[in-house]
Amino acid sequence: MSNNLRFKTSKFIDETYRVSFKFNNKTYFGFKGDTLASALLANGIHLVGRSFKYHRPRGIMTSGSEEPNAIIQLHDNSSRTEPNVRATEVEIYEGLVASSQNCWPSVNFDIGGINNLLSPILPAGFYYKTFMWPASFWEKYEYFIRKSAGLGKSPKVADPDIYEHKYIHCDVSVIGAGISGIMAAKMAAKNGFKTLLVDEKSYLGGSSIYDKSEFSKINNQITSSWLEKEINEISKLENLEIKTRTSVAAFHGYNFLLARENLTDHLPINQRENKVRQRLLKIRAKKVITATGSIERPLIFDNNDRPGIMLSSAIKRYIDLYGVACGENIILFTNNDTAYETAMSLIQRGIKINAIIDNREQIDSKISYEVEKNNIKIYKGYTVVDTYGYRRINKISIMKLSKDGQTVIGDKTKLNCDCLGVSGGWTPAVHLFTQSGGKLKFREEDQVFIPNVYPSDQISIGSCNGDFGLEEIIKNTLSSIKKFLDIDNSEYKTVETISGLNQSKRNIWLLPSDKSIGKTKSFVDYQNDATAKDIKLALREGFRSIEHVKRYTTTGMGTDQGKLGNMHALGIISETAGTKMGEHGTTTFRPPYTPLTFGTIVGRNVGEFFDIFRRTPIHDWHVANNAEFENVGQWKRAWYYPKDNENMHQAVQRESKAARDSAGILDASTLGKIDIQGTDASEFLNRVYTNAWSKLAIGKCRYGLMLNEDGMVYDDGVTTRLGENHYIMTTTTGGAANVLGKLEDYLQTEWPELDVYLSSVTDHFATISVCGPNSKKIVSKVIPDLDLSDEKFPHMSFKNSKIDNIKCRIMRISFTGEHSYEINIQANFGKSVWEKCMEAGKDFNITPYGTETMHLLRAEKGFIIVGQDTDATLTPIDLQMDWIVSKKKYDFIGKRSLYRSDTIREDRKQLVGLLTENPEEVLEEGAQIVADIKKSPIEMLGHVTSSYYSPNLKKSIALGVVKGGKNMLGQKLIIPMENKNINVTVADPVFLDKEGERLNAKL
Amino acid sequence: MFLINCPFCGEREQSEFKAGGEAHIVRPKQPTELSDDEWAEYLFMRKNIKGVQFERWNHVHGCRKWFNMVRDTSNDQIKAVYKMGEKPPVK
Ligand SMILES: [Zn+2]
Repeated sequence: MSNNLRFKTSKFIDETYRVSFKFNNKTYFGFKGDTLASALLANGIHLVGRSFKYHRPRGIMTSGSEEPNAIIQLHDNSSRTEPNVRATEVEIYEGLVASSQNCWPSVNFDIGGINNLLSPILPAGFYYKTFMWPASFWEKYEYFIRKSAGLGKSPKVADPDIYEHKYIHCDVSVIGAGISGIMAAKMAAKNGFKTLLVDEKSYLGGSSIYDKSEFSKINNQITSSWLEKEINEISKLENLEIKTRTSVAAFHGYNFLLARENLTDHLPINQRENKVRQRLLKIRAKKVITATGSIERPLIFDNNDRPGIMLSSAIKRYIDLYGVACGENIILFTNNDTAYETAMSLIQRGIKINAIIDNREQIDSKISYEVEKNNIKIYKGYTVVDTYGYRRINKISIMKLSKDGQTVIGDKTKLNCDCLGVSGGWTPAVHLFTQSGGKLKFREEDQVFIPNVYPSDQISIGSCNGDFGLEEIIKNTLSSIKKFLDIDNSEYKTVETISGLNQSKRNIWLLPSDKSIGKTKSFVDYQNDATAKDIKLALREGFRSIEHVKRYTTTGMGTDQGKLGNMHALGIISETAGTKMGEHGTTTFRPPYTPLTFGTIVGRNVGEFFDIFRRTPIHDWHVANNAEFENVGQWKRAWYYPKDNENMHQAVQRESKAARDSAGILDASTLGKIDIQGTDASEFLNRVYTNAWSKLAIGKCRYGLMLNEDGMVYDDGVTTRLGENHYIMTTTTGGAANVLGKLEDYLQTEWPELDVYLSSVTDHFATISVCGPNSKKIVSKVIPDLDLSDEKFPHMSFKNSKIDNIKCRIMRISFTGEHSYEINIQANFGKSVWEKCMEAGKDFNITPYGTETMHLLRAEKGFIIVGQDTDATLTPIDLQMDWIVSKKKYDFIGKRSLYRSDTIREDRKQLVGLLTENPEEVLEEGAQIVADIKKSPIEMLGHVTSSYYSPNLKKSIALGVVKGGKNMLGQKLIIPMENKNINVTVADPVFLDKEGERLNAKL
Repeated sequence: MFLINCPFCGEREQSEFKAGGEAHIVRPKQPTELSDDEWAEYLFMRKNIKGVQFERWNHVHGCRKWFNMVRDTSNDQIKAVYKMGEKPPVK
């Protein structure tokens, strides 16, 4: 470690604890308390990355979350690898491994650097303009763009860390623990408010905590000493919860905050095991106090991006907090007094300041006089016009500013330096405030946007509210918090402040140069390589809205969301367009304030908890019997049961044949079940189904079709009358929750006069369907006491019964066209009853079948599946199901829509059967149906909705919707595929046993 | 994310609720007597106001009750919540 860059006496650095880490495969040393940035700087390293577009060498620019350049890849080649991490925020630990991103093969020699030489032909919008045409070239461009424009690498294996979410409810949440945040938290907590104080850093106190300057004092004590006592006091308050390393990512409406709490990122890897890495805090605060401070502005001049060019306040933080000098021959370049604080910190440590370049002609503050007294040359009314040095700045040239600041005059002077600190004044960090819906106003005097209209019970204090002087900060914090919390006791008697700074500033958004703008590279957005020239070009090309300019030039579109340069972009736009600041709007700051890891966002919802699924009571049997599963809504349903080496087709053919030849068994437990009771239950069903229900006898079942009010089919299922005022409705598996919701909606809002009660009982019952010519024999073995004769138990009827003394409901209903029974029994007996049926069916080759076979069997019968054969554009008439629409009923949901001018059109898409010319040819579901392939463009008549090879009919069958299909029976149509045209004939959608002989056969 | 004061349960997170479109649209008692245009008016036409809007909400992951809400869509301020069948307490 270069000893002359590291200074002692910082209490934030533990010099007895040396930490080794690797950066770009080289080992370095730092101390506990360092960030990766401070440790690299202590090793004399500024160059840490390459810029996105031109691949220019870039160095560490800041000391915080606003960092645009020093974004690195953390943990090379491990499951923890993480791109786009700001080196300024990473606390180093023993064994840390990090590398530069966006450079190849290395940061010092980067092939993409050629873009810098090509930059005259890479203006704003270049990618849009050039790579658009011809479209077929895109693949080639993309390869090179992606290779050279790395934005880091994502991990390729599962994240080993644990994350979690936590809710916090509090009276007052204070964001930011700088001087005003600390004061606000104390006032709130001491006045009985349950208070939460969060700060993104590992320590409290913000930038005042290391301020040892004689030029800023509170109650005659050095600011940092006064603040330390305050922090000591509040850390003992019971009413106050303090969270450091906690960054608020989002401030939503109704004072809902999302914050990321970092718990282990600063620990060596071996100490992280079984610990939560990051926690997403979901904070509901009755009141929010935003004290997020401000971000120093850079200055916009030619070649303002070289490694070694940094924010002046960052240089101060590095020396005061970490004891690290950012250079040995530093120049400061400023338009305001804060750079002189940096100068004082450097002077105190004996670090050479070559000069101070100040835009202002007149400088009148105690601190500037003190700096001058130390024999430091101040160039008043000057600006930097250029910088030199490829991998690190080594020289600048300066010129005198004209009176109006629009041009430069006189001779050019060159000055040597190895570090240039810039300060363009301060921008209030209003990001969270605007996220919450707050409206800003522009303050002309010092050219800042400050909070104006608060959308919720919140307040901004300190420099994020535009209060920059120490006296102003303290005075305004005290008075606004008293008012905001409606308290008498501020907890502070008198607070006297002394500040040697003056708030004067000479704001010039784009500093002039002796070169024409076209020949300069004055970066506004460092991360995305957007220059002042690009912004001016965008305006010349007609862009006016800041949101458009932003997208066209990519200003503010990086991972830092342009925290440094957005204000300059606005300033340059308004200067160029000759408008007032704020007229073009400000860009919208969107959450998160700083990037969140995916781990934090998902918390514990990973692996099997990512998307929870529901299992039927018989699930384990299906697993044990080799079932393949398909997802239906949240359910896992048995799809098919392959035997030996069967593929899906072979298994389904075998299952389908067995169900018709002898017996099949299906787990139908997932069907939605709604228990309907009440004296108006029949009337209710009359209103929600298309057919009539009043005359359904107790003990009978009926199929019902439910429409939306627009007349389109919504759901279907069999409903059984269990008693005078008691029904059980079944719905489709996927539609169960929505149907219940819809029925509740009508009951509560349209028909509150009806005496009807609804309960979802889907999970209460296991439902086992046994079908086929031998189903009767099997069920009679399982329930010997039940009379299954056609006279006593005909099709579409229901009986209460018992299996081993457990009550069950048996319905004789069929979705396959076969004689079949549905056994409904308390869920926890489902598996044993299923096994009983299997045992009873052994002699009859009872064959378990899954959803695929179920779909095939019903397709043979032309039964629709809502959601497969329908898509919310089909009426029952379109489905050729006119028989189920009651002509007599005065009203039901959707009735009026069935004869709107649109729904009675003859050429609507209608459900038909399709038979292929070649019976072995199975159509693709979703394939288009046409009549004339010579016509151009070819008219699409419809599409195939269901298609199977039927082992029972020994041919391919399909259902589809075709324009005017109802009247096309026997007509030839064409299914155009990629390599061939398939000839089909329109057929009756009922392919098998139209007369229902199987259903009614005497067994 | 809103905090919604369910008239039956009290204040709850928005994630427990489902929005259900414009409020105070009554289903016609005699749909069959309406012309296509009149029926379409009921069926399709909805306001989309920037400002104060009357909406239906459902406490779907709570008591499952439907209720009405007056919300200013420009700033998401909830002006009032009230039960189905009740008159809006604000204009
Ligand atoms: Zn409720």
